[in-house]
Amino acid sequence: MNSKGSNHVRSILAHLVLILLSFMCLFFFYILFVNATHSHADLQKGFWALPGKDLLKNLSGVANDGTFPMFQGIINSLIVSGSCAAICTYFSALTAYGLYAYDFKIRKVAFTFIMAILVMPTQVTAMGFLRLITKMGMYDSLLPLIIPSIASPAVFYFMYSYMQSSLPLSLVEAARIDGSGEFKTFNRIVLPIMKPAIAVQAIFTFVGSWNNYFVPALVIQSKNKMTVPILIATLRGADYMSFDMGKIYTMILVAIVPIILVYLLLSKYIIAGVTLGGVKG
Amino acid sequence: MKQKRKSISYAKWGYVFILPFFLSFFVFSLIPLADTIRYSFYEYYRSGIKEIGPKFIGMENYISLLKSDMIRYAGNTLILWIIGFIPQIVIALLLASWFVDARLKIHGLQFFKVVIYLPNLIMASAFAMLFFTMFSTGGPINSILLSLGWIKAPIDFMGTVFGTRSLVGLMNFLMWFGNTTIMLMAAIMGISPDIFEASELDGCSSIQRFFYVTLPLIRPILAYTLITSIIGGLQMFDVPQILTNGQGTPDRTSMTLIMFLNSHLKSRNYGMAGSLSVYLFIVSGILCFFVYRMTNDNDPDGSKAAEKKNRKKGRR
Repeated sequence: MNSKGSNHVRSILAHLVLILLSFMCLFFFYILFVNATHSHADLQKGFWALPGKDLLKNLSGVANDGTFPMFQGIINSLIVSGSCAAICTYFSALTAYGLYAYDFKIRKVAFTFIMAILVMPTQVTAMGFLRLITKMGMYDSLLPLIIPSIASPAVFYFMYSYMQSSLPLSLVEAARIDGSGEFKTFNRIVLPIMKPAIAVQAIFTFVGSWNNYFVPALVIQSKNKMTVPILIATLRGADYMSFDMGKIYTMILVAIVPIILVYLLLSKYIIAGVTLGGVKG
Repeated sequence: MKQKRKSISYAKWGYVFILPFFLSFFVFSLIPLADTIRYSFYEYYRSGIKEIGPKFIGMENYISLLKSDMIRYAGNTLILWIIGFIPQIVIALLLASWFVDARLKIHGLQFFKVVIYLPNLIMASAFAMLFFTMFSTGGPINSILLSLGWIKAPIDFMGTVFGTRSLVGLMNFLMWFGNTTIMLMAAIMGISPDIFEASELDGCSSIQRFFYVTLPLIRPILAYTLITSIIGGLQMFDVPQILTNGQGTPDRTSMTLIMFLNSHLKSRNYGMAGSLSVYLFIVSGILCFFVYRMTNDNDPDGSKAAEKKNRKKGRR
């Protein structure tokens, strides 16, 4: 009886804390949304608790702003993140398959090596990277933001673990007996089996690349190639007080809305994927 | 591989399949790393449009970094990380133990999980920009506090050391506590229910159960969370950079190591950026070693086994 009562108290406490934390998480986004629907003049008057009517006006203001080409930025970000997600998951699965299904001399060394660099921060090589891509003529282009994602140790590790649990080698053998070539086996048989893992990692890679700021800010110079985070940063660097505040909130809103939409649609898989993924920056 | 004979004939495909990864890693990580290390021993920077060096100067960059504010920035990074990490791990432990406790009958569990994980996916730079506008002197937070009558004059949150650091900590906390909660939850669910049942029969209270059963059993995951969080903290950049416009204001008390590196890279001081990178490389190398030990088979404290359990749970 006593323990039942204490459980009841604890349950109420737990709900209160959870509601408070959820409020903290959602409050800022709510204010962001509300402020993005008000005009600059409205926002100067003070705080608004309810949405206004100026969202479309603010949106068109953002769309027509030549100094901060937000929609071009979104397109650039989509190109970079989409390509990253595609090539990162494909090549990670390929690498994992190479180390999982074949027995060769350097197999163990290669695996150990990748595990050793699993969580190595990319920032430590940023200087040499910057010099290298300048020499290769890729400075101020989107390519250096995409190509290096072929080598993603954390995604590799995820794919490898997934193969250990879900890809029986007998299946590969069977494909061989049926006369399937090695690449064909990978593309036609292994990839479809890996679909759930690829989907989860594609989402995480996409989000990671969409939010990435450090390397793009070093590589990209010209305005029409900037990705969303760099635009946000230039917004912060500019003479901010003279801006239309409604427009600033709307810019932040359009920067994060795509991810929130994706998240709401796929939250179940994303949350399940967190514990699978393990390592993140 | 059971069929030795077959595997041997297919061995070359193994090389073919792992080639893109290693080629890409070699070109975009190893060459840059070698280049970074090499120029860390050179005097090499740009002054105006004139390039000075490269001139070999041995360890001089390393020594002058030690004499510069690097130690202070390392301290800043550590403080900012701690301010975010301590509430994060405490709240995450609490939430995780609540989420898995069936007797608490948490309503809307999935909803809460979705909400607390949400900030983790938000663009850190946009989040920092949002905080900057919201906590500015004329921003919504100040107007709310003013209209509630809690304060008389607007607070300049970003004008004080305490305010700026707290904001960075708050953002890091909000962005990561959901992620940690879900990790720890999976770890707790990986513990055999028999152990909890036995502890209950022995008359364990829920607080005792938490401290004497749950905590020791998820120790490997806790260690893993700690190390990966330190690595994440070492890389802290987006939030303070955007919040303070790269200045680390006030008086560079919120300048992190990577912000310092970024300013050297922007001003093209390759020598200094190189040696700073090497310092960072050494520290992250040590941390990587710990992660490697934890994620690999012959691991002494059984993190791997716990992780595997974790993965199994998560897959459901």
